[in-house]
Amino acid sequence: MKNNIANRAVICDVLMEHAARDRDIVVLCSDSRGSASLAPFADAFPDQFVEVGIAEQSLVSTAAGLARCGKKVYAASPASFLSTRSIEQIKVDVAYSHTNVKLIGISGGVSYGALGMTHHSAQDIAAVTSIPGMRVFLPSDRHQTRCLFEALLEDDEPAYIRVGRNPVEDLYPSDDIPGFSKHGATLLRKGDDVLLIATGELVRGALDAAAELEKSGISCCVLDVHCIKPLDEQTILTAAASVKRVFTIEEHVPFGGLGSMVSQLLGEKRPVPVRNLTLPDAPVITGTSPEIFAYYGLDCAGICKAVKGE
Amino acid sequence: MEKKYPELQRKSCRLRRLVLDMVFRARAGHIGGDYSVCDILNVLYNLQMNITPETFGKKGTDHFILSKGHSVEALYAVLYDKGFLSMEDLESFSQFGSKLIGHPNNKVPGIEMNSGSLGHGLSVAVGMALAERMDRTDSRVYVVMGDGELAEGSVWEGAMAAGHYKLSNLCAVIDRNGLQISGTTEEVMSHANLDARWRSFGWNVLRTAGNDIEKLDRAFEMAKECKDKPTVIIAETTKGCGVSFMENKAPWHHRVPTQEEYLLAVRELEEKEASIQ
Repeated sequence: MKNNIANRAVICDVLMEHAARDRDIVVLCSDSRGSASLAPFADAFPDQFVEVGIAEQSLVSTAAGLARCGKKVYAASPASFLSTRSIEQIKVDVAYSHTNVKLIGISGGVSYGALGMTHHSAQDIAAVTSIPGMRVFLPSDRHQTRCLFEALLEDDEPAYIRVGRNPVEDLYPSDDIPGFSKHGATLLRKGDDVLLIATGELVRGALDAAAELEKSGISCCVLDVHCIKPLDEQTILTAAASVKRVFTIEEHVPFGGLGSMVSQLLGEKRPVPVRNLTLPDAPVITGTSPEIFAYYGLDCAGICKAVKGE
Repeated sequence: MEKKYPELQRKSCRLRRLVLDMVFRARAGHIGGDYSVCDILNVLYNLQMNITPETFGKKGTDHFILSKGHSVEALYAVLYDKGFLSMEDLESFSQFGSKLIGHPNNKVPGIEMNSGSLGHGLSVAVGMALAERMDRTDSRVYVVMGDGELAEGSVWEGAMAAGHYKLSNLCAVIDRNGLQISGTTEEVMSHANLDARWRSFGWNVLRTAGNDIEKLDRAFEMAKECKDKPTVIIAETTKGCGVSFMENKAPWHHRVPTQEEYLLAVRELEEKEASIQ
């Protein structure tokens, strides 16, 4: 279903709704309020907004200090900078110090397209999941993004959330997603032959591929894993129990992401052939996100080809 | 001289003795920096901040971050003295399974933020100062940094933000002992025009003798008078202060005393305590 609202814009809406009745909600940006779609928040709640300038290390440490004093902190910065330049601040000031900081990595993955490797965050899942105490989320569409943030507002644990830059097609018909669970994977489609496990904005392609493959007589089960850590092991094991092959699909390098984690889990508890569809271990080709996904076989057509073994 | 100052001077001797015992027992620690920062912590915890086991973590309580986290033994000694820790806790320092590890962590009663990787504390303090300002409290935020630590770029991100937001409820202290692990700070990475550097970032800059209890107390009082800027106190200290053979010697950054050195240090600290009238 076509949609013009980016996931990042939904985050702003949710935070504004809550900030109006909760003075402890504080948003931080590093000259990133525009690209994070958080300018309306900054305008509406100037006393609950902190600008740190182009200083991502300071962004994370300052967020942690605010949180230690009881604030519910949402710090937004391009995922590329937030997840690597500030990684030590995430490790020490957020995770190790256990502060209630939600880190929003905007324009994640290859959203910045032709801007190149400096602006791509194809290693953020690996970087952040490796830190004890950090949770990692990649919501797939605007409705799930809303559900996720409504749930995150209820807890006081650290988290990293990656969202893309552009609007993505809806996967869910409304904000009321039956059975949504903050840390649980969502079964989007049942199937007997192949299990497709996808995360973030590539879930759409996986679901479309399942419909296409059905026409060729291949029955696909599809899981939307919006929470990479903690991984919903039980749902994945249950879904993998009856299929012959498993494919993971993610906007990430081949190491340390969803594919690695799923392979680790299934290798130990339910051995089954697993193939990880990922970005390459190299700077990606110049292009828009859809062009890049198509080139590396991460879109509907690419997933179909991989499953058919073409 | 007011009576409180000699009392605290004697306390500094006892705190240094606690540090000595911890380091000697564990065969680990950073005694040189512990001794340079000892008087700063003593003044903060006993004359300036309202942090006690009863007030810790409650609204209206001041905040403290030891950004030069490797001086944690001095902090543990102060937290013991304030009633946060027991002697059993101190004796467990660095032992298997102890919560008292070689850098601050907030599993230890009395510690709010974990540190140890240099250059984080000032920006965390900026966040705390912003939060207290948002909540319109009188709480003050104190952060102690080492002078070698100032080479970390992230320090200056925090300095910039504190100046930008005119955080007068924030007071940073630089333990200016002039030494770091490889030699003098001026050899390793110069801090020329240190006062001017901070002033240019929008700070109120004070300079005082950092191992002088009375002068430190006065500097902290002056800092409170500044209502439109954050204050940095450049505390001119002596690394290893209090034990003559450790003073101003770079190897004592993290050397462990021999049995003979331990006994000499004990005697010197006891004699000094007894001599304070």
